Amino acid sequence: MTATSAIHTGESNSFASGRLPKATPWWVLAACLAASTAVFALLGAGAPLDEFNIVGAVFFGVLAYAVVIVAVARLVEGQRKATDRFVTTLVSLAFVIALLPLISLVYTVITNGLPRFDLEFFTYSMRSIVGEGGGAIHAIVGTLLMTGTAALISIPIGLMASIYLVEYGRGRLARAITFFVDVMTGIPSIVAGLFAYAVFSALLGPGERLGLAGAMALAVLMIPVVVRSSEEMLRLVPNELREAAFALGVPKWLMIVKVVLPTSIAGITTGIMLSIARVIGETAPLLIAAGFTNNLNYDLTDGRMQSLPVFVYTSYVAQGTDAQAYLDRAWAGALTLILIVMLLNLVARLVARQFAPKLGR
Amino acid sequence: MTALGTPPRIAAKQRPGDRVFAGSAALAGSLILATLALVAAFLVIQSIPAVTVPADQLSILGGDTFLEYVAPLVFGTVWAALIALVLAVPIALGIALFISHYAPRRLAQGLGYIIDLLAAVPSVVFGLWGGNVLAPAIQPSYTWLWENLSFIPLFAGPPSGTGRTVLTAGIVLAVMILPIITALCREVFLQTPVLHEEAALALGATRWEMIRMTVLPFGRPGIISATMLGLGRALGETMAVAMVLSATGVITVNLISSINPSTIAANIALSFPEAYGDNVSVLIATGLVLFAITLVVNAIARVVVNRRKDFSGAN
Repeated sequence: MTATSAIHTGESNSFASGRLPKATPWWVLAACLAASTAVFALLGAGAPLDEFNIVGAVFFGVLAYAVVIVAVARLVEGQRKATDRFVTTLVSLAFVIALLPLISLVYTVITNGLPRFDLEFFTYSMRSIVGEGGGAIHAIVGTLLMTGTAALISIPIGLMASIYLVEYGRGRLARAITFFVDVMTGIPSIVAGLFAYAVFSALLGPGERLGLAGAMALAVLMIPVVVRSSEEMLRLVPNELREAAFALGVPKWLMIVKVVLPTSIAGITTGIMLSIARVIGETAPLLIAAGFTNNLNYDLTDGRMQSLPVFVYTSYVAQGTDAQAYLDRAWAGALTLILIVMLLNLVARLVARQFAPKLGR
Repeated sequence: MTALGTPPRIAAKQRPGDRVFAGSAALAGSLILATLALVAAFLVIQSIPAVTVPADQLSILGGDTFLEYVAPLVFGTVWAALIALVLAVPIALGIALFISHYAPRRLAQGLGYIIDLLAAVPSVVFGLWGGNVLAPAIQPSYTWLWENLSFIPLFAGPPSGTGRTVLTAGIVLAVMILPIITALCREVFLQTPVLHEEAALALGATRWEMIRMTVLPFGRPGIISATMLGLGRALGETMAVAMVLSATGVITVNLISSINPSTIAANIALSFPEAYGDNVSVLIATGLVLFAITLVVNAIARVVVNRRKDFSGAN
């Protein structure tokens, strides 16, 4: 009887004593933020501050929370729990800090990019345009042509190389390919651009810049990504499927084409789309190898070719007489670029989810 | 007895389709090796004039020798990358721990996607954001640092009026390498043997003590290699630096002044469109130096990763 009454009155529950209730941190956080906001509001009202400083209010509110929660935990729960709460605060804070640039970036790109995100931007090139107006059709065409060509080069090579690594590769050549694919992943993008430039200036004479060189630079960057992701996906195919096909007398190449590839096609597609998303935003290699121009150019083998990232870069670096018009175009280009990349990422994830093989686990 | 020895190896019948397919697969693999060899060969051949042509005929060097030209660039490259690492690694570790051990299970994957979004943003957009948004926003804090902490050489100032300093470039680089370090650390942390974690918790450890005793020791090689891969990425990053930094090509540790060292990649991007003749070779030679540096860093990272693979087999 005495035991149950003790629980009902809540006087001495040995499991809950010496611990803060679950909701306490949230209350402390809310109180600290409220107090800090109040202080900053008073400061803003008294001193001639331009506007209410929300960043400062949140910053000092979070700082106060860290101090208060550690002090309270130290008094109620002891040193070890206090350290634990401190680390929890730090770790959560790290996540919030990482979100800040993402939010700021998305916000500024959208607000600055929308004013020029119009029909003219997608139908005009920059040919003989000095001030306002003009568009990026030449850059969009260039990006599509060069990225498409790079994909045409690197998908067959990358896919076949990953098939070699998973299905055939034993011994020295396979080990060398694995190692050098890793090395290739680490090539700085600008070095790939220099390579493509060097190749074509050796073939066609110095100073030659053309779309094909840009596509080649992108392919050098894309191949290792395709190999890595496809290899991972091919390794996921259960060996039982391969053995079942062999047991039916299917030749090895037919087994790969009819069993291994269809099973892993969703993952491979996802990997390829992600690799395209990665190279479509590359600026430096295209700046070096394909140069920049204001004119629409459909010919990969002749003359310089503009691309969307390089368009953003040149609009920003070489601002003409009407600087704001150039900046607006740069932001609109950045918005287009982000939208393309996000779309590719989204579709890739959808493909992965929709067509994922049922492995029966 | 001898008849019962090792049975003769049964060789699969080789059909023409098999030969063609296996041959083209091997060809594709070899093509990768050939490409890498070509990259190295072309860069070396094209950069020979940088050292053989007399320095006074190369206008880009401005009277210096090639080594004097490349030294500040190497310093700037390493310096900016180190700043980025110092800023990014603690935060990346925090995020990785948050996603793997702190966040509610349901949310964890979604939060991981959000961080991966950062990796999807093209570098030129980061450059645009860093130069137009971050630099003006952060400039007042440089003035504050200079007024209060100028006795530290890092903040010796005088502060840049535009905020386009090597520290700003380092911050942008840090944001860019954050997702790659986070993703790798998260993978490693999630692989910690659950029995180790539960044993620590059963002994009465708090969550942080459990992480310190089981997760961090287990993940240390992974953390190191993730850091090195992030370093490799930061070393080769071009646009973010070229668009944010206003560089003068000196060696200084001053973080907040308007006199900043440039980086190899940014210098190539900025000088290449105007370069002509043998000056191009000088820039390609600096690219070769960058290639060598990133190669060494990445190789170290891979060695650490591979050594870890051997360990984890025991678990």
